[in-house]
Amino acid sequence: MLWIAIRMLTGDAQKFYGLLFGIAFSTLLITQQMTIFVNLVQRGASGVFNAPEAEVWVMDPVSRTTDVSYAMPATALDKVRSVPGVEWAVPHLRAVANVRTAEGDLEGVAVIGVDDATLIGLPRRMAQGDKSVLFAPDAVAIDDTGAQRFFPAGASPIGARLELNDQRAVIRGIADAIPSFTSTVVLYTRYSNALNFVPGTRNRLSFVLVGVSEGQTPEQVADRIEAETGLKAKTRDEFAQAGIDFIIENTGIPTNFGITVFLGFVVGVAIVGLTFSLFIRDNIKQFGALKAIGVTNGKIVRMVAAQAGLVGMIGYALGVVGTVLFIYGFSANPFFKGFYIPWQVPLISLVAVVIILAITGLIAIRSVLRTEPAAVFR
Amino acid sequence: MTIPASPPCEAEAAICARGIIRDFEAGQTTIRVLHGIDAEIRSGEMTYVVGESGSGKTTLISIMCGILWPTAGEVKVFGTDIYKLSDTELVNFRLNNIGFIFQQYNLIPSIDAAANAAVPLIAKGMPVEEAREKAKVLLDKLNIGNQADKLPRQLSGGQQQRVAIARALVHEPRLVVCDEPTAALDARSGRRVMDLLREVAVAPDRACIIVTHDNRIFDLADRIIVLEDGRITHDGKEMPDGH
Repeated sequence: MLWIAIRMLTGDAQKFYGLLFGIAFSTLLITQQMTIFVNLVQRGASGVFNAPEAEVWVMDPVSRTTDVSYAMPATALDKVRSVPGVEWAVPHLRAVANVRTAEGDLEGVAVIGVDDATLIGLPRRMAQGDKSVLFAPDAVAIDDTGAQRFFPAGASPIGARLELNDQRAVIRGIADAIPSFTSTVVLYTRYSNALNFVPGTRNRLSFVLVGVSEGQTPEQVADRIEAETGLKAKTRDEFAQAGIDFIIENTGIPTNFGITVFLGFVVGVAIVGLTFSLFIRDNIKQFGALKAIGVTNGKIVRMVAAQAGLVGMIGYALGVVGTVLFIYGFSANPFFKGFYIPWQVPLISLVAVVIILAITGLIAIRSVLRTEPAAVFR
Repeated sequence: MTIPASPPCEAEAAICARGIIRDFEAGQTTIRVLHGIDAEIRSGEMTYVVGESGSGKTTLISIMCGILWPTAGEVKVFGTDIYKLSDTELVNFRLNNIGFIFQQYNLIPSIDAAANAAVPLIAKGMPVEEAREKAKVLLDKLNIGNQADKLPRQLSGGQQQRVAIARALVHEPRLVVCDEPTAALDARSGRRVMDLLREVAVAPDRACIIVTHDNRIFDLADRIIVLEDGRITHDGKEMPDGH
C-alpha cells in the first residue's frame, strides 16, 4: 500500500511540489538562520580563537571578554610567571585606535599587541607575509577582513602606510584571522609597538596568555593562578564561552534570530498543513474507497506517514543543500568568512521538520480516519 | 411499535439480514431509515435492490456489506455474524470476501488501470508487479487489456467502469456489491454493462447485489427487492405492477 501512497502523492505534481517547497523553505530558513546565528555568536570568542597557543587567559577580576577588559599593572605578568605549572606567560594588549583612511576619514580599529619575543597572540596563519615581518620597525599585520575593507580589490596592502593614532604604521603582512563580532579591522603588532600606538592609562596590560607545563591541565593551572595572584584566570574554552555568552546576554541577536527561526517553522506548518489538507481532501473519496475495500485504519495511517516521510526527506535534503550552497556562495564575503554548519543545526532542523510533518499529518489524517467507508456510496 | 420476530434464514443464504434497524441523528431529531428489515441474498443470483431516492437502499447494502453499523439487528455474511467481529476482523473480512463497484468508480488517479484493478491484492500484501499481472488477466477478459498501462484520466467512462469491475473481482470475492452501475450511461451502454456484470460477476458460489433505480435494466435481474420508506415492499423475480 505504501507504493500506492507514494504514487498518489507524486501523481499530484502541484501539491507534491507545494509540499516539497514548504518543507524545503522551512528547512532552509531554520538551518540558514541558525547557522548564521551560531557562527555570529561564536565570533564573540574570535579573540580567543585567534590566539591559539594560549591555554589559559589571565585578566583583571572585572574583565569579562577579550573586548570587555580592564587593564592590569605590568607586575601581573611576573606574578603569573611565578605560579607553579605555568610553562610560559606573555603579555597581550587589546585596545582601540583610529586610522585615517586614504579618503581622509577616520576608521576605528582594534590594535592587538602580541609578545615581542615569541609573537604569541598572533593568529595561527598569515594570509600574506611571514609572522617575522612584525619584527620590523612600526610594522603591523592587518587582518584579511580589514585588508578587504581598507584596500580596493587587487591592491596589495603590503607596504602601505597608515596614520594610526597619529603614529606611523606600516602594513607588513596580512593575518588569516577569524573576524570579530563587529567585523572591526584588526591590526596586530608587537606589544612594545602597541604601547606606542595606543596611549592610555598607567596600566596597559589587558591579558596574560599562559601555556601550562607538561602534566598539568589548564583547569588546574587556572585555579592555582586565581588562588595565588587574586587575578581571574580562565581556560581557553571557558573564556571562549564567556565571549559567546556575553553576545547572547547583551544583544538582541538571539531574539531576532529566534523570531526568524520560529517564523520559518510557522511558515512550514502553514504551507505544508494547507497543502497536505488539500491533498487529503482531494483524495478523500479514494481513501474512503480503500477503507471500504478493506484497508485498515492502521494501513491508512502508514500510507499518510509514508507520504509525509517522502516529502520530509526530499524537502529536508533540499533545504540543507540550499543552506550549504548559500554558505558556499557567500564564502568570499568577509562577513561569512569561516562560516560552517555545526552538525547540531541540521539535526535541530530535522526535528523541526518532523514536528511540522507530525502536526500537519495528524491534522490531515483525522479527516481520513473520520471518513466512514459508507460515505463512498453517497 | 413492536417489530414481529424474524423467521430463520435459509441455510444456503449468502447474506442473512434480520431485524435491521438504522437510525440517523439529524440535529435533535432521530430519523429511522430502516424499519426492521429481514432479507436474504443468495449466491448465483443477481439481486437488485431498488427504490426511490431516500428509500434506504444504500443504507441497507452498506449494512449488508459491513461498512455501516446497524442500530439494531443481525447480519450474517456466509455464516459470519459480521457485526460481532472486531473492527480489524471486519475490515479483513471485507477485503477477503467482498468486492465493491462504486457509482463514481473512485479509481486512484495517479496509478494506471492495472494497478487500480490490483488494489485489493496489493492491500492483501501481494507484491505490486505480481498483483498487476493478475489484474491484467482480468482486464483482458473485460476487453481493456490494451489499456492496462493508462491512467484513469486517459480512459473513457466505460473503460473506467470496467477497471472498477476488475478491481471488484480481482481477489475473487464471494460477494459483489455494485452501486448504481448504469446511472450515468445511456440505455444501450447500461445493458452492455449489466451483461458484462452477469458474465463476470455472477457465479454459483458468488452473490451479486446491485443497487439501482434504473427501470431500463429491471428485466435483467434474477431477483428484485423493492424498498419503500425503509421497508421491503416486494421481493420477487419481477417488478410488481405500478413500478
